[in-house]
Amino acid sequence: MAQFLSSSIGKKFLMSLSGLFLLVFMLVHLTVNSMILFDSSGELFNRAAHFMASNPIIRIVEPVLAIGFILHILYAVILTIHSLYTRPVGYKKQKLGHSSTWSSRNMFILGLAILTFLVIHIANFFWKIKFTGHDLLADVTIHGVHMENSYALVTTFFIDWWWIVGVYVIGSIALGLHLYHSIWSAFQTLGWSNGIWRRRLNLVGLLASLVIAGGFALIPLWVKISTLL
Amino acid sequence: MDLTLKVWRQENSKAKGNFESYQIKNISPDSSFLEMIDALSEQLINEGKEPVAFDHDCREGICGMCSLFINGRAHGPDEEITTCQLHMRKFKDGDTIVIEPWRAAGFPVIKDLMVERDAFDKILQAGGFISVNTGSAQEANAIPIPQHKAEESMDGASCIGCGACVATCKNSSAMLFVASKVSQLALLPQGKPEAVRRAKAMVAKMDELGFGHCTNTGACEVECPKGVSLDHIARLNREFLAANLKF
Ligand code: HEM
Ligand code: SF4
Ligand code: FES
Repeated sequence: MAQFLSSSIGKKFLMSLSGLFLLVFMLVHLTVNSMILFDSSGELFNRAAHFMASNPIIRIVEPVLAIGFILHILYAVILTIHSLYTRPVGYKKQKLGHSSTWSSRNMFILGLAILTFLVIHIANFFWKIKFTGHDLLADVTIHGVHMENSYALVTTFFIDWWWIVGVYVIGSIALGLHLYHSIWSAFQTLGWSNGIWRRRLNLVGLLASLVIAGGFALIPLWVKISTLL
Repeated sequence: MDLTLKVWRQENSKAKGNFESYQIKNISPDSSFLEMIDALSEQLINEGKEPVAFDHDCREGICGMCSLFINGRAHGPDEEITTCQLHMRKFKDGDTIVIEPWRAAGFPVIKDLMVERDAFDKILQAGGFISVNTGSAQEANAIPIPQHKAEESMDGASCIGCGACVATCKNSSAMLFVASKVSQLALLPQGKPEAVRRAKAMVAKMDELGFGHCTNTGACEVECPKGVSLDHIARLNREFLAANLKF
């Protein structure tokens, strides 16, 4: 097993599994967030957020998620650094655009963009909800259950600052480009592709990245724009 | 055709090397790219200069000896073709053509445009074979093989070991080469007995010789003169995983 994990294929195998795990998390996260779009009273989103925060399964998954991120980023760094040494003298002229997509060649840059966004995002919401608290989070009671008013925190944030909306849209685009290449790529790495499945998985990858990037970008835009209408 | 060539010149593997510009005139559009370089070498010899060293052998697209990174692409601007099969009609009169050797840690430059591709031989020696008792050939129909398996195996076997996949890949990964060589044997019954050993040994050798990992960009498949498919890489990944699950 140690031999497998230290090989180039083994390392990619871990990237693929951790990446797919993160993808599942993104889908769940988007589903919860989309509640913001469907109920402007905030009740739906607050209940969903409260359910996620109080659910024991989610409490167990939380540290697993952190490990997933750490593994994914660790191996991204290891592989990317190694690849810097595989071509000591570069080309004078190289037309890579002819043979591969921009996303596939810039996965690490896109990953760094996602990571930067993630730090900002955690500082904005997760940290306040989980640890420091915030005035806007003052308890609301829905059907007799006390919970934090996450909806107020999130929406006020987007309404007050245009540039924060911009940061979220850029973060979503980076994630979308990362996923556009990586969904088929993850299955290819696991050996789960052939002439037929490659086309199918590429289509799934395109649709999933559009839905995920579009969805995450739409939420802050919607919140901001709906106040202007 | 009159052309300006920017050619990588390097005295030997230790020397630093640099690009030299040459003007070349009256090249027929029907000549091959290597014939054009022959003409350049002749011109250099007449001027009392050292001709350009480059790899070539069959000049009919089957041996895999010719290489060259031409105007930013392995084997030049045509599709699914080796440099020896590339014709000058793919260029325009007055063009400037940049000619570089394959660039990869696993393929050090020997001189000018020639690179050392022994690394591929070492990968093959590690496991790209089947062990059989010598003697007269076996009766052809003794081992039935489904047609589609035979076809896929032949697709893998069509790799000529030129190294364009490594030269093109942003990580200098040799995965397409190794995958084609593992596939051609893994698909046939004759390759089964050594499948576990082969996948492990060839991947270990590939990593050891300084080739990079596979990011699945797919550039290798586009630039491969034989159109070897990425599907073989998926098969290599399966073979390698399966090999590591058996102890
Ligand atoms: C929610 C966030 C993320 C998701 C859903 C995600 C998902 C994925 C998936 C599914 C793959 C494909 C694996 C494969 O090719 O086998 C991948 C590749 C990659 N990811 Fe991420 N990723 C995320 C964040 C990041 C971050 C923060 C980084 C860090 C810098 C990163 C860096 C990379 C790199 C460099 C690759 C390509 C590896 C290679 O083939 O060279 N990703 N990602
Ligand atoms: S896979 Fe294609 S590009 Fe790579 S060595 Fe074989 S023939 Fe050349
Ligand atoms: S010289 Fe043999 S393939 Fe080009």
